[in-house]
Amino acid sequence: MEPAEFIQHSGGAIGVAWLMIAFPLVGAAILLLGGRRTDRFGHLVGVVMAVASFVVAALAFVQLLGFQPGERRRLIPLYDFIPGMAKVGLLVDPLSISFCLLITFVGSLIHVYSIGYMAHDPNRRRFFAYLNLFVAAMLLLVLADNYVALFVGWEGVGLASYLLIGFWQHKPSAATAAKKAFIVNRVGDFGLLIGIFTIFATFHSLAFAQVFPAAHGASQGTLTAIGLLLLVGACGKSAQLPLQSWLLDAMEGPTPVSALIHAATMVTAGVYLIVRSGAVFQGAETAQLVVTIVGVATLLAGAIIGTAKDDIKKALAGSTMSQIGYMVLAAGIGPAGYAFAIAHLITHGFFKADLFLGAGSVMHGMNDEVDMRKYGGLRKVMPITFVTFLIGYLAIIGFPLLSGYFTKDGIIETAMEHNAVLGWLAVIGAGVTGFYMSRLVFMTFFGAKRWEATAHPHESPAVMTWPLIILSLGAIGLGAFLIVGNRFMTFLAPAVGAPEELPTFNPFSLTGLVTLALVAAGAAFAWFRYGAAEVPAVAPRGSFLTTFARRDLYGDALNEALFMRPGQWLTRLAVFFDNRGVDGLVNGLAAGIGGSSGRLRRIQTGFVRSYALSIFVGAALLAGAWLVVGNL
Amino acid sequence: MGESITFWVLAVVSVVAALGLVFSRRAVYSALMLGVVMLSLAVLYAVQDAPFLAAVQIIVYTGAVMMLFLFVLMLVGVDSSDSLVETIKGQRFWAIVAGLAFAALLAFGIGNAFVAAPKGLTAATQGGNVPSLAQLIFTRHVFAFEVTSALLITAALGAMVLAHRERTAPKATQRDLSRQRFVTFGRTGKNPAPLPGPGTYARHNAIDMPALLPDGGVSPLSVNRYIARHEAEEGTLPPEIARVLEQDDLERRSNGHSTPTLAEDARSGPDTEPLIEDEDDEAAPHDQPDEAVTAGRIAPRPRSEEDGK
Amino acid sequence: MTTHYLVLSALLFAIGGVGVLVRRNAIVVFMCVELMLNACNLAFVTFARQNGNLDGQVIAFFVMIVAAAEVVIGLAIIVTIFRTRRSASVDDASLLKY
Repeated sequence: MEPAEFIQHSGGAIGVAWLMIAFPLVGAAILLLGGRRTDRFGHLVGVVMAVASFVVAALAFVQLLGFQPGERRRLIPLYDFIPGMAKVGLLVDPLSISFCLLITFVGSLIHVYSIGYMAHDPNRRRFFAYLNLFVAAMLLLVLADNYVALFVGWEGVGLASYLLIGFWQHKPSAATAAKKAFIVNRVGDFGLLIGIFTIFATFHSLAFAQVFPAAHGASQGTLTAIGLLLLVGACGKSAQLPLQSWLLDAMEGPTPVSALIHAATMVTAGVYLIVRSGAVFQGAETAQLVVTIVGVATLLAGAIIGTAKDDIKKALAGSTMSQIGYMVLAAGIGPAGYAFAIAHLITHGFFKADLFLGAGSVMHGMNDEVDMRKYGGLRKVMPITFVTFLIGYLAIIGFPLLSGYFTKDGIIETAMEHNAVLGWLAVIGAGVTGFYMSRLVFMTFFGAKRWEATAHPHESPAVMTWPLIILSLGAIGLGAFLIVGNRFMTFLAPAVGAPEELPTFNPFSLTGLVTLALVAAGAAFAWFRYGAAEVPAVAPRGSFLTTFARRDLYGDALNEALFMRPGQWLTRLAVFFDNRGVDGLVNGLAAGIGGSSGRLRRIQTGFVRSYALSIFVGAALLAGAWLVVGNL
Repeated sequence: MGESITFWVLAVVSVVAALGLVFSRRAVYSALMLGVVMLSLAVLYAVQDAPFLAAVQIIVYTGAVMMLFLFVLMLVGVDSSDSLVETIKGQRFWAIVAGLAFAALLAFGIGNAFVAAPKGLTAATQGGNVPSLAQLIFTRHVFAFEVTSALLITAALGAMVLAHRERTAPKATQRDLSRQRFVTFGRTGKNPAPLPGPGTYARHNAIDMPALLPDGGVSPLSVNRYIARHEAEEGTLPPEIARVLEQDDLERRSNGHSTPTLAEDARSGPDTEPLIEDEDDEAAPHDQPDEAVTAGRIAPRPRSEEDGK
Repeated sequence: MTTHYLVLSALLFAIGGVGVLVRRNAIVVFMCVELMLNACNLAFVTFARQNGNLDGQVIAFFVMIVAAAEVVIGLAIIVTIFRTRRSASVDDASLLKY
């Protein structure tokens, strides 16, 4: 089933879809330009703007449902950027509206949560300004009807991410992490930019409405090149191998930021880009293969990193990498995987936000302690956090009938049909997920209390727990709602297409059973290691593999060896060349001229008779020369 | 033939005079040598059919320019003779080498320029030398001529500006000078009245006819010490005056005044009146030690010539 | 015959030049410059006679005018310098150097 045609649209909530972007943008402007005057009510402005954006998104969604499935790709022109060449407009279709709902809904909840979490931070108003800025940029990214506007949003979320990772810039680690995220993202953005240039060179347009219908007319090689370049961009933004290194450090930002940007929304932009550009990827099998390989490699790498981290947020960040790896894998498969990729993206947005916010709640009660070895036995003092966290945990490991069970199993099944090797690797990844998430839960909420003496854990206030409860409700039911009966696949079909045969959900397939068994084994292993046994307060040295995982699979070491050191050498070489070569030449020249001038100036004795003598001798010589030349 | 004789005589004279100009130690001699060269050249101009230039040469150069030179020499000091020791290393050697080379070059260069006999100026000066020159100057070269007039006016103004000395204080009047003298008298006891003049009214010099004191003795104050010293060297100083002067010197020393002797007088002569510089010529010849001058010892003027004798 | 005049002129010119170079008294230096100018004038007069053309004499006349003006200004400068420095030596005015 092919995607539907693009239809020009006006009127209704879809017609004012730009309000979705405008509301948070205005909020950010008010909060940033208003300065300290808005300190008292700044957080409320931020929340209201996010909620207003969600209301517009919901109304647009309702209006979109009112159209026939074949008429659900609506273009809203905004203005001519370059008349006759580049128009800027919005595209509201099932894919973008799904993202809008996720971003605005989860975003609103996280705004509400942040009121409590950031209550004691003197810069809360600025925090909300950046959050609003992020929401606006992210919505522009998903609503854009062309690659340029998409890129603007893409850079906007990068900027917001930079600002929020470095929000506590007084910490050197936070400032460094922000820079690292920015620089690594530049590599990805570079690929994306060249990809966009290539698209324009090939199709003479950047609008989705012109590029996608013309995609199958382009040559295989061009499409492969474009696909790989877009993949580079996606890798940077979604922390896929080999550009994954920034995400773990990004956990230096405040926890709501990690939940919203580095778990639920921004890091999934790469998946969005791949799915949105499906028409390009479907024409380039090589690019698709690379996408799936990147996805599988990242899902395994993220899972392995997650097993070794003692920092609760870094463990969750590894998990995020891993889950996005699943999405990228599904997105690389084609129309059969798109629906599962986006469905997993949405459910992941819920349960991972739930987990991060739960982790934030734990940290809030534990004096911002992040080391899980200093937690333990928290289930009694933080019941609501515990229950919601447990639901998120069960959802992510694929406990039957919870969200992750449906969406992740869908991805694994589709991958298995597409390529057995990829499928089995994904199954192994699921088993590892069962292990590290169980480890995380057991170390945090079960076992003996290993708290610091100063810690007085307590349940968080209602403004923080209610978002947790709502998110955990999504984590429970959303997967079943989307997957059973192929509801989401049918809904998305006008935007991304769908396979001819819709898959049927089989709860007792071989793959599903093996996956469940592996997950159970992983969880049981974790129970024996960390639930039943004593957890040492200081991490044991562990084997080579443990070190390997703890050090992020030597990703940073690789980057340093491959790029940083040669770069430093190059810089030193340039400095050396500048000092010795360029400066030496210039200084030598100056010294030479200065020295010879110092000697030559002795000629200027000040005696007018000496000057007269030189004039006289010169005149004699000239006269002699003239005489000689004249007689020749 | 007549021209040849004139030329050779004047050539030798002018070259020798030019060498004298360069190598004489006294600037006045140099100026005179320059005059000789200019006059010789004037004659040579006349010989070469340039009577007007010869006249101008004598009037302008030998007359005006030479006078100017001599005036400036007077201002700067006539009697100073220059040292001919060279101070700049190699200057003299290279100057002479270059001069010889230049002379040789010019002589060989333009000395060989003419092969034909001179055309002479008879054709060019039909109406006489001066009218022909005038015709050229006031027709073809009239613009250059006008420019030279501007040049001369500029030069005159320039000379005035350069030689002008700005007066920083108002000129001292007689009243000021008189007041100054009495101020000096009050401070140092220097005699405010004019010093006693020579003992005669221009029939004899002051040594032969000194002023007489009431007791008929010679007033040492009336004797110019410079002239006395000069005459002592010549041996023409009248013995009684010499005696009086020696006695005067002894007297001053025994009074404890560190007074200058004759020789010291000569050394510290004209620098002793710092207040009013215009008094130069008045004070210098009569320079006398101030301390020696007391009211009682001021010599009265001799009443008559016979009394002095 | 005219050649002799030219050689004499050259000799006088060279002597004047040497005088400028070796004498320190500014007034004497000035006299040597005048000597050089006179030597030039002699050459001009000789050329006029050789070529049967009065232009040489006219130029000699102008040279005299310029020399007179030059003497006026030059001597005024010498007097001014002497008044301030109490010296007419060209070597004393050698402050403008390295």
